[in-house]
Amino acid sequence: MTGYVRRFSRTERTFHWVNAVFFLILLATGLVLYLPSLEVAVGRRPLVKDIHFWSGVGWVVALLVVALAGNTRGLMRTARDIDRFDRDDLRWLARRRPAPQGRFNAGQKVNAALTAAFTVLFVASGLLLWFGERDTRLRFASTVVLHDGLAFAALALFVGHLYLAVIHPATRHALRGMTVGTVSEEWATRHHPKWEPD
Amino acid sequence: MSEHTDGREPRLRPGGAPVGRAAFLGTVAVGLSSLVWGKAAWDRVSGVVSPVAGTLLPVLPTSGWRIYSIADTMPRFDPTTWRLRVDGLVAEPLELDYRKLRALPRVEQVSTFHCVTGWTVQNVHWAGVRIADVIEPAEPRSGARALRFVSAEHPYDDYLTLEQTTLPDVMLAYEMDGKPLSRGHGAPLRLIIPDMYGYKNVKWLERIELVRVDGSGYWENLGYDRDAWVGHSNGYST
Repeated sequence: MTGYVRRFSRTERTFHWVNAVFFLILLATGLVLYLPSLEVAVGRRPLVKDIHFWSGVGWVVALLVVALAGNTRGLMRTARDIDRFDRDDLRWLARRRPAPQGRFNAGQKVNAALTAAFTVLFVASGLLLWFGERDTRLRFASTVVLHDGLAFAALALFVGHLYLAVIHPATRHALRGMTVGTVSEEWATRHHPKWEPD
Repeated sequence: MSEHTDGREPRLRPGGAPVGRAAFLGTVAVGLSSLVWGKAAWDRVSGVVSPVAGTLLPVLPTSGWRIYSIADTMPRFDPTTWRLRVDGLVAEPLELDYRKLRALPRVEQVSTFHCVTGWTVQNVHWAGVRIADVIEPAEPRSGARALRFVSAEHPYDDYLTLEQTTLPDVMLAYEMDGKPLSRGHGAPLRLIIPDMYGYKNVKWLERIELVRVDGSGYWENLGYDRDAWVGHSNGYST
């Protein structure tokens, strides 16, 4: 009978799922705006465009609200964990073993850093698209290339994330950490031996 | 943990190096810099990348087209009821049905389509009619100096001066790449003026009104340039 240890606080889980829900809304409405077949089938482009834009605004606002209203200090500590790579993290990325990992493995850290960067770039290019339509000084020929390219990069990252969280047998136990908050002690010791849960 | 150090390990300060923020900032910097080089880079590689992507995922818009519209529903073309009206400053207002339109002298051209938002589609094969062949039978009055192109997608319209309509490769197209114009591309008839951005290339044409002077079309009322020369308008200069 193995015990459970806490991996994600309520603030962290809320932050994650708010991000996930807005990402899916933006992905769905974005595909309608982007794919000719869907655009013809759905129509109502002005409405879809409004939903897409305001969901983008809501995404940022919701993440800020969760971060500031929840356990901000805990979130900052997690961000620090994600920022710091020790020698074993670099070994892990180079596929050398053994490379004992802490609370996050190096792949999870890279995923988090890229996801955060994509968010900033999505918001920046999205605002340029929205305001560029209203003021030609904010219009750049490459904005649409950046926004679309990001969507493909983020989709690839998302598919990989989904595979590891839901399908891959060795890692899918981690999903429990993001739903109920805890993971089995035995799994934690095996996959994250250098992690010392509170 | 000395059993897995082999002398080639990077030296890191205790607590680790800030690799996460480096990845974050580096990605943001590369992304923002692409606002300068993104389109040029994409134009170079899209010829190779797009066909491959299209084979893997056939729903992708590999030709580069995006379908833009401004109303809640796209007009639907019915060949039995569709008419193109030519009126305004003319002696003989007329209506063309689809059969009569297709009976007019056919012209074909290959031209490049530029959208003001930054995407470009190279080498589009259009077939259709010259504007003169459509408006001459209506006998334009001498005071008519511009044309207003009215879309069935209300309230979309736009103008060209009579002089602009005589530029090379200006046409009313009913075929694109060998097939009748699809719904998304403005079936059954759209304006094509390759030297100007796409918003001047009015889709779903239902009426051509001859007027004294050109006015502001749908996007011009929202701040776009009336003369939408590719590369020389709307904040772009090449």
